[in-house]
Amino acid sequence: MSIDMSQFHQVFFEECFEGLEAMESGLLSLDIGDIDSEVINTIFRAAHSIKGGSGTFGFTVVAEYTHIMETLLDEMRDGRRPVTKQAVDVLLGSVDCLREMLTSIQNEEDVNMVSAAKHQAALEIELNGSAGNAPEAVKIDKVAPIAAPLKPEEITEIDEEQGWKIAFCPYLNLLKTGNDPVRLFRELNGLGEFTSNVNIQDIPPFDELDPEECNISWELKLVTEAKEAAIREIFSWVEDDCALEITPLSKPKKVKKPKITPTAPVVEVVTATPDVVESVAKKAAVVVESDPSKNTPKASSSIRVDTDKIDTLINMVGEVVITQSMLGLIGENFTMDKVGQLKRGLAQLERHTRDLQQSVMNIRMLPISFVFSRFPRLVHDISTQLHKKITLKLVGENTEVDKAVVELINDPLVHLIRNSLDHGIEMPAERIAAGKPEMGTIELKAYHRGGHIVIEIVDDGRGMDKAKLLAKAIEKGLVDEATIMSDKQILELIFMPGFSTAEKLTDISGRGVGMDVVRRNIQSLGGNIDIISELGKGSTIAIHLPLTLAILDGQSVAVGDETYIVPLVSIIESINITEKMLNKVAGKGETFKLRSEYLPIIRMREIFNVKSGAATKSNEGVIVVVEGQGALCGFLVDELLGQQQVVIKSLEANYRRVEGVSGATILGDGSVALILDVPGLVRLSVR
Amino acid sequence: MTTDHIAVNSKQIEQFLTFELANEVYGVEILKVQEIRGWEAVRVIPNAPSFIKGVLNLRGSVIPIVDLRERFSLEHCDYTQKTVVIVLCVKRHRAETFVMGIVADAVSDVLDIKLSEIKKAPNFGSQLDTRYMRGMHVYKKNMIMLLDVDKLLNPDELDDIETISDSVSDYDELL
Repeated sequence: MSIDMSQFHQVFFEECFEGLEAMESGLLSLDIGDIDSEVINTIFRAAHSIKGGSGTFGFTVVAEYTHIMETLLDEMRDGRRPVTKQAVDVLLGSVDCLREMLTSIQNEEDVNMVSAAKHQAALEIELNGSAGNAPEAVKIDKVAPIAAPLKPEEITEIDEEQGWKIAFCPYLNLLKTGNDPVRLFRELNGLGEFTSNVNIQDIPPFDELDPEECNISWELKLVTEAKEAAIREIFSWVEDDCALEITPLSKPKKVKKPKITPTAPVVEVVTATPDVVESVAKKAAVVVESDPSKNTPKASSSIRVDTDKIDTLINMVGEVVITQSMLGLIGENFTMDKVGQLKRGLAQLERHTRDLQQSVMNIRMLPISFVFSRFPRLVHDISTQLHKKITLKLVGENTEVDKAVVELINDPLVHLIRNSLDHGIEMPAERIAAGKPEMGTIELKAYHRGGHIVIEIVDDGRGMDKAKLLAKAIEKGLVDEATIMSDKQILELIFMPGFSTAEKLTDISGRGVGMDVVRRNIQSLGGNIDIISELGKGSTIAIHLPLTLAILDGQSVAVGDETYIVPLVSIIESINITEKMLNKVAGKGETFKLRSEYLPIIRMREIFNVKSGAATKSNEGVIVVVEGQGALCGFLVDELLGQQQVVIKSLEANYRRVEGVSGATILGDGSVALILDVPGLVRLSVR
Repeated sequence: MTTDHIAVNSKQIEQFLTFELANEVYGVEILKVQEIRGWEAVRVIPNAPSFIKGVLNLRGSVIPIVDLRERFSLEHCDYTQKTVVIVLCVKRHRAETFVMGIVADAVSDVLDIKLSEIKKAPNFGSQLDTRYMRGMHVYKKNMIMLLDVDKLLNPDELDDIETISDSVSDYDELL
């Protein structure tokens, strides 16, 4: 399959540069020593997206490079590696390096491999150098001196700063003896610049937690000129109730201002769920300050529009304004002989308004193929890499989606398809053994339904093992063993941050970053995501997104006093009813004969309980033949009114889903009309 | 909670918009009220509970209209020129808000009510559901029933009602 990928390069580069910016600002806002896991997550996600995107477009240099960065960030995220200035510097350097690489690729120049290799080496040194003692870095005695493997060029930046590093590990009975760590910290803070890092690794599960025991320990940094004895003095009260280790400190010169105030000592917690943090905070009587301004800023909801399109719009608005002033002039001293002029003006206004509407819509609506057509390449490359045989089927590529949706749905879809490729579809041998065709299939479908756009990713792979999912979740401490969960809840576990069942990490998927981001992205679009999975048969992931600005060609029909819109795409034909066409099956189910076929009739008046308007005779009206759920069926309505383009408004925004109705629209006279959900109605009538 | 809300609270006074319904006076928090408009024809929603009169186009968004008379099982009354629709901004669980209209016979007044003067609604047992009541207030010897809009117009509650009727119809089928 050959698709010209270059048409999407521009978008990719823009996304990458945005990602790099996000990484940069994230890295810059990282406080050395204390970790804000949300910031690291943001950086990590940006790196992950860049890696994914560059893999899709075949820029392997970038993908490989980002993979190393990602590994480093992953360790920081898990708290296995302390965030040091050195690491942050290296990461910042590599952000610059990535930007260089991408710019070169964008300008179709050769990538400067020399500088890239240099940075890559620096990254690898950082990765391997201090990672060895990482996993248990939290054990105080094992914490490596923070500035261990310095590279020559960086040493110049480092200045010996006087101070102490204090590993303070209270015994369980510290609190019972009436000592309060907060008081100690307050006194330490009086001596100089003080930062603390709390270690909550040893906290037992909640049900075993004894609030009177002190299960946390601290790693404190104090920049001061005070002597060791002075610090010992502060701890003299608790000397017998804790393990204390005081070592001289050499620190980077740029010490962040301590966030400690004498009244409210702050503990930044490495990686912990909020409730754990809270229980810790309560227990040790330490105030955890949550600073709302530090929350990651929301992604700006901008969309990229060709300046040409905007110019066209401005021209049109200009035309409308001119027409309007012309009409105003006619209206000022209106005489009957100006009627012709008025009519011409109105016709002109109508034309301009329609053009204007169309071009505004053009800006926002795009066929989903814009997203879909990037995937054949991805599937091809990855399946080759994994030695799997996979075909990708695309269905409903012309479904129109809001541009914002198109842009934001891409990353989640990449993640989901990668997951299907990597975990879903089995190796050919395995498939044959399981009695399946050697060639795996991934189907990507898009369609409108029930006021939503549904995008489905269907694979015929091995499905998800619920028992394994549950075991993994318990192992990771995400759920309690005692919890009883439904199948659906178990499947939903894969959306939890940090959850991955893959045994080994690959650069395709398996870090457990995918699904929580996927869900977050989709929820931010106001949609939701569902999983159906059967072990051995395959998985279906359905994404439901609301139609915010989708428009549709509709046929308006009258039933009593009510007006409904039937989507034009589902109408096959409309016919006037005649007596002899109607038949009753067993005196109940009504059918009519259309050429050689008998089709069921749905009387709109009955199914919607319409009471208004003159009751028509049972054999009067128009039958609209529609296709829904693969079957033909006839809607009996009073009359056809006209065809028009309608803007779909969600009923759910202020009310809720109504059966048989996919949404609402506003007619020319300002009144509301309901849009029929044809497949839904067919289902409703069968019930 | 908005700052002015807090400001009002600090003086222990809240403002309520009062309206009439079958010769009784009801009140809703004025901060929930988005606008008041005259009654106009609505589009009927098929198979909706009878107290949902339909939906209305409110400057581009489609909002449902609830007839409080029917919600409270009061006798039906034809809509007149005095009939008003009070458009309310209702909070669904968490911070989600949505807009709904209620039909009332007429709006009466805006009252400053001291929180201390709001009496708890008495328990009527099974005869009357007081969950939707914030309390009662006596003003010029008239009793005003203060409604808790968030609970009254919660779509989940509407769902409840429908599930009940659904299960009833299922039951019918079984018979």
